[in-house]
Amino acid sequence: MTPPSATGAPGPAALLAFEQVSKVYAMGDNRVHALRDVSFTVAPGEFCAVMGASGSGKSTLLNIMGCLDRPDAGRYTLDGRDVGALDDTRLSRLRLRRLGFIFQSFNLIPQLSVERNIELPLFYLGWDSAHSRARARELAARVGLDARLTHRPSELSGGQQQRVAIARALANDPAIILADEPTGNLDSATGEQILGLLQTLNGDGRTIIMVTHETDVGRYANHHIHMRDGRIARETP
Amino acid sequence: MTPAPPDPQRFVPRLHAVGRNIRLGIENLWLHKLRSLLTMLGIVFGVGSVIAMLSVGEGASRDALNRIRRLGSHNIILSSVKPIDESQDSQRRRTAAYGLTYDDVRRIREGIPSVRRLAPAKLLRKPARVGRRTMEIRLAGVTPDWFDLVRRERIAGRLLTAEDEGGVKNAAVLTEHVARTLLAAGAILGRHVGVDGQFLEVVGIIRGEPERGGGLQTPDRANDVYAPLAFVRTRFGDVDMQMKAGEYSREEVELHQCIVEIDRIEHVEPAAAAIGRMLAETHKHDDTRIQVPLALLREARETKRTFNIVLGSIACISLLVGGIGIMNIMLASVTERTREIGIRRAIGATRRHIVLQFITETIVLSTIGGLLGIGLGLLIPWLITRLAGLPTVITAWSVALSLVISVGVGLVFGIYPAARAARLDPIRALRHE
Ligand SMILES: Nc1ncnc2c1ncn2[C@@H]1O[C@H](COP(=O)(O)OP(=O)(O)OP(=O)(O)O)[C@@H](O)[C@H]1O
Ligand SMILES: [Mg+2]
Repeated sequence: MTPPSATGAPGPAALLAFEQVSKVYAMGDNRVHALRDVSFTVAPGEFCAVMGASGSGKSTLLNIMGCLDRPDAGRYTLDGRDVGALDDTRLSRLRLRRLGFIFQSFNLIPQLSVERNIELPLFYLGWDSAHSRARARELAARVGLDARLTHRPSELSGGQQQRVAIARALANDPAIILADEPTGNLDSATGEQILGLLQTLNGDGRTIIMVTHETDVGRYANHHIHMRDGRIARETP
Repeated sequence: MTPAPPDPQRFVPRLHAVGRNIRLGIENLWLHKLRSLLTMLGIVFGVGSVIAMLSVGEGASRDALNRIRRLGSHNIILSSVKPIDESQDSQRRRTAAYGLTYDDVRRIREGIPSVRRLAPAKLLRKPARVGRRTMEIRLAGVTPDWFDLVRRERIAGRLLTAEDEGGVKNAAVLTEHVARTLLAAGAILGRHVGVDGQFLEVVGIIRGEPERGGGLQTPDRANDVYAPLAFVRTRFGDVDMQMKAGEYSREEVELHQCIVEIDRIEHVEPAAAAIGRMLAETHKHDDTRIQVPLALLREARETKRTFNIVLGSIACISLLVGGIGIMNIMLASVTERTREIGIRRAIGATRRHIVLQFITETIVLSTIGGLLGIGLGLLIPWLITRLAGLPTVITAWSVALSLVISVGVGLVFGIYPAARAARLDPIRALRHE
């Protein structure tokens, strides 16, 4: 994609980079430092796990990486572009073209069928219905749900819903998949399946960034970031 | 496993997104059928009133135009009316004499220069007979000019001529209805109709337009038989005996009616005023009436205005209340669907996409309401015509206008909820329960 900008301190290999990023939430009089001077880079093709205790700032970090939020201080660059300088519409476009989200609570739209949930990103990309339908079917087949196309999310098990969410996250062919505790609402066997699926996607060359607070889930990753009180406590490698 | 990247060739912008948004809107409204229906009611009644209002107005003016066309825009119609202020006693004992006189007609002809032609008429209720068939007719003694002034269509034979009048001939022109009732089939022209001991020879048949809207006493009825005025006057006289409520009443009326044709349209109303003054001089009692068909236009405008005020206010209030109701429901819907909005935003929908989605849904709601309202709007005029006897005409443009109004209401009252939806912070919206 776009080469990293000259000012971007991280090496040319970085897909995304945090430089001294801080995020502060004002709660009445006291201010909560959700992130304090966080710096790290993620290279293309990594499987990165963000771990840490509850309230340590993992979701905040992921939201900024996902262009849903902007840093209060510091710089976040994606594809070498400074995300903090982009307006709401540009951020939306960036999410639409480059990112795919997977949430702990699946976040499927309840009144839409499996097929139409998967098609959503394609709708915003302006695909016509025939092509988006074909693609939705192909993706549903990939996550093993081709027999459930017309079902509503409420008619599916948690694991199936999460697979629909993965199919939807893949529809726009994103470079980066961001997952916030994707196995948090699933039993361990189903969770394993989902993690296996993410690993396959990583094997295809997609960058995966996953938030989790279970240490054994972290073993699927090749890059670990441990958070504590809004700071990076430990990073491996 | 690598999926094809979004192909720019497949990019079909805006229009197709509008179609999808409409479909999405319909689906979402369908999820809450009852709620959507109740929300629409204001629009339904508002649009219904708009169409009803316009149909009554249109009906009134078309009706007025029709009547003017039928009665003639250049005509003034004078008629005799029985005065109501006469005491009961005198009425019972003596012959009641009232109404237009031959003298009035002469003075109008001589005294008002803008008068072109006059068509005086005597109108008598009589039983008519042909062989064993009988019917109640209205015998109209008219001059040849009458047919010209009222412009009625001749179906067979001829109309009355100056010779009929001058020679006091017993010629008669029948309306279609009378001809059919008395002389069901076979040769009609040349047959004789017995009226009160007199025999009239049928010389022609004209179309008898049924009277609409009532009120106007023109010799213009379905069961009319027309004969030369001179004949009717000499054979039947000016005194008319009628059996009424077990008593005979005697009335002396020289002329029941007179159509006055004026040379130019701008002279019609001044001439009517002059005739009014002239008649007031010689008629002590209020026993004549002057009608100006042209003035019907003004009456029509009055009717139109009354209905516009009544139905117009109902329409405005309904549309306002309906619009606010729609806005209220859409605000509730935005709150309910906060999470959905968050999901869409996370996936990459811009604020504009969200605005369009919710505006479209609101417009779909108001437009469906508008369509139902059009249904109601077709029903109300029908009822008005059935129950109040007012003519109504539904025009295509009033239906089109209603649709525009419905879309407009959706647009106006949809903007705020849609803006609220678009302003939501994606992260907070995603966390919303
Ligand atoms: N919108 C907000 N307003 C105020 N404070 C916030 C907001 N979002 C997060 N915080 C605070 O920021 C800190 C980090 O929150 P964050 O959600 O990133 O934690 P987390 O690591 O994801 O926790 P968990 O594992 O429980 O999801 C917390 O102290 C939280 O209370
Ligand atoms: Mg979290």
